[in-house]
Amino acid sequence: MSAVTLGHDEAATPHALEKEHLGPAPKRIVTGYGFWIFILSDMVMFSCFFAAFAVLSGQTAGGPHGAELFNLKNVAIETGCLLLSSFVCGMASIAAEERNAFWFQISMAVTCALGLAFLFIEFREFADLVARGAGPSRSAFLSAFFTLVGCHGLHVSAGILWLLTMMAQVFAKGFRADIQRRFLCFALFWHALDIIWVAVFSVVYLLGSAA
Amino acid sequence: MLGKLTWAAIPFDQPIPLLAGAVVLVAILAVLVWVVVKGHLPYLWSEWITSVDHKRIGVMYTLLACVMLLRGFSDAIMMRMQQAVAFHSNGFLPPEHYNQIFSAHGTIMIFFVAMPFVIGLMNLVVPLQLGVRDVAFPTLNSVGFWLTATGALLVNVSLVVGEFARTGWLPYPPLSELTYSPGVGVDYYLWSLEISGVGTLVAGINLVTTVLKIRTKGMTYLRMPMFCWTTLAANLLIIAAFPILTATLAMLILDRYLGFHFFTNEAGGNMMMFMNLIWAWGHPEVYILVLPAFGIFSEVVATFSGKPLFGYRSMVLATMAICIISFMVWLHHFFTMGAGADINAIFGIASMIIAVPTGVKIYNWLFTMYGGRIRFATPMLWSIGFMVTFILGGLTGVLVAVPPADFLLHNSLFLVAHFHNVIIGGVLFGAFAGYTYWFPKAFGFRLHEGLGKAAFWFWLVGFYVAFMPLYAVGFLGMTRRMQHYDVPEWRPWLLLAGFGAVLILIGIGFQIAQLVVSIRQREELRDHTGDPWDGRSLEWATASPPPVFNFAIPPDVRGEDAYWSQKALARQKATVGEPHYEAIEMPRNSPTGFICAFFATVVGFALIWHIWWMVIVGLIGAYATFVVFAWRDHDEYEIPADEVARIDRLNIAERRDMVSAAGSLS
Repeated sequence: MSAVTLGHDEAATPHALEKEHLGPAPKRIVTGYGFWIFILSDMVMFSCFFAAFAVLSGQTAGGPHGAELFNLKNVAIETGCLLLSSFVCGMASIAAEERNAFWFQISMAVTCALGLAFLFIEFREFADLVARGAGPSRSAFLSAFFTLVGCHGLHVSAGILWLLTMMAQVFAKGFRADIQRRFLCFALFWHALDIIWVAVFSVVYLLGSAA
Repeated sequence: MLGKLTWAAIPFDQPIPLLAGAVVLVAILAVLVWVVVKGHLPYLWSEWITSVDHKRIGVMYTLLACVMLLRGFSDAIMMRMQQAVAFHSNGFLPPEHYNQIFSAHGTIMIFFVAMPFVIGLMNLVVPLQLGVRDVAFPTLNSVGFWLTATGALLVNVSLVVGEFARTGWLPYPPLSELTYSPGVGVDYYLWSLEISGVGTLVAGINLVTTVLKIRTKGMTYLRMPMFCWTTLAANLLIIAAFPILTATLAMLILDRYLGFHFFTNEAGGNMMMFMNLIWAWGHPEVYILVLPAFGIFSEVVATFSGKPLFGYRSMVLATMAICIISFMVWLHHFFTMGAGADINAIFGIASMIIAVPTGVKIYNWLFTMYGGRIRFATPMLWSIGFMVTFILGGLTGVLVAVPPADFLLHNSLFLVAHFHNVIIGGVLFGAFAGYTYWFPKAFGFRLHEGLGKAAFWFWLVGFYVAFMPLYAVGFLGMTRRMQHYDVPEWRPWLLLAGFGAVLILIGIGFQIAQLVVSIRQREELRDHTGDPWDGRSLEWATASPPPVFNFAIPPDVRGEDAYWSQKALARQKATVGEPHYEAIEMPRNSPTGFICAFFATVVGFALIWHIWWMVIVGLIGAYATFVVFAWRDHDEYEIPADEVARIDRLNIAERRDMVSAAGSLS
């Protein structure tokens, strides 16, 4: 067996060994990698809601269409808030790397404010639709719309809860290695929500308004 | 105050579930009292319930699976007895109860027996095979286990408080919509699977990250044991498939709770979308279960044939091919939907193609055995029984993959026979093989061979006697899920199937006896060296049971069959110098998982019964747990080098004795 002959060769150069696998990855890599996988699974979940929306988008049951309901100006402002919050979150990442607590907290607070503005606009849109009799139980199209957009909104809400926890953690414990890892995951999560939103914006609002 | 929950929820008028519930409750109370009186509670709490050790979590998963197997089998034998007597009569189970039983049987067997069994074995073995000290996320691992346990608990609570779903193991709308299933049964189903589904996803993320990022030095991908490969494939499938289940069930929940129209008859809902979505999860799920079993057979066949696995690389390829193709066949579960001949043909062909890599695996196992010195120990018997049984189940599967044939056999007992043939013959036999094979690794003593063989033969013969008749009645036109019938031609076959279930019951009896006898005779069955089967992979390179840190010195892998080559080296040199021991950092135990699951149970139960304030309390509790966990300062502890050295020297001494004894014999 080749393994045995390899074992004989005790004088294998360190260089030859280096080409091989060197052992478990460091914690930062492992945590980030695991969280990436979680994000992928989350995207699979969203893709189901997208698929449901695609199947049901024409099923208005005599109720209103997307073109009658969506206010693209509102959505544009919403999108601006979310994309800008991602940018500021990136600033927080730089501050965390520089271990600058002041700029970290400022950036996170701005991220939080922009996220809340996004949620506020979304909530107002939902409340308005329900008031106009276009709630989720009006038609299959609206069920799929509220679920897809609402699921993203729930993610943003959870993200804000996480964001506030992160701010408190950095305030109480400083930039410890485990807290840096957690913040890395938070930043990944926040940026991923942007990617989902770009898809929501295109598939639900742009295509929906054209129909 | 308590939502829909009233005294009427307790089925006082139905003796069977009440009696069964009472027996289970008394048994649980008895165990609890025994634990408390004997003073085992602190040990149980600090060493098991809060444990983040992958080996302990693996054992707990497996234990959960074994207990739930008893529950699922009770359902099964009740159904077989019902169909044996319900000819021109109503039998002993009223329809609404019978429907709950077949729904609970399927749900429990898939989600709370097969899943925890394979996840348990993967948890126990994979880090050991990779030569590392832990999984990627130890605390998350514990959370995953306890969420799975929550799901199992909720399903069993439904036995006594309220009812379980009557809609089958997959709740097809519109039957599962509020209009046609107004009770809490479907809600029990939905919330227990949402919660345990999160647990499964967590386990999947953890194991994929472990295999891809946490391997010992020199353990390249193509040196990993086959079980690690199948673990990787199965958990990739979990990550890609379980979110679909979560989303689909969430849509049904929204339909039922908030009047949405995803799958309803009215307002443009589309029930066939449910079939498509649920099977886009459901078919990969089949492979999530059977791929780890394939991995177990690969390990067992190689070990007990005394040869390296034949065609290792083709096995890796076949595994990954199955991993991908399994997402392209889902429509064969509803050819009768009417998607048209072209679509049915495409999915029919894809379903036949997936049989090819499976066939590759069968040949590889056969060629591994060919020319080997085969030892017919219990794990090997399960493996050979699997090969024969699984080929048969696979062939009937290829048969129903032919759309015209499927139109005749759809929803008949032929189908029931087919999937039991592959799940019992594939997954369960694999789980039992793994259980017998790795039991000494987990506990330090082997299981009794004679009783294990008796259990195997009763299971094997019982399986054939119970399920071959179902193929026949399927051809005779009997549909599944019938509470009673009046066709005389079916009767003898169903009586025979009932007898088969009794044989399986005897097999289970032997398994329980095997466990009891083995625990009593553990001194004779003790595995001193940690390598009871002359194994080939790294889990056998450490003591049985392994110390908490698994390996005192991280192994340095130089080829395939890592431990086999180490042994060959050790015999040649006969001396092993004392290595340099260092202190080891291990993660601290944490009650986070248990407390999370406690709140998940509260939230789940409250959602089922519409007790909204309790939902809020539970959610706040879960968030608080999360913050407290995030706030802790010391998540690791150190095992000093002296202690590591002491533990390792003991095992090295045992192994040296074995090597020198073997040397003096030959």
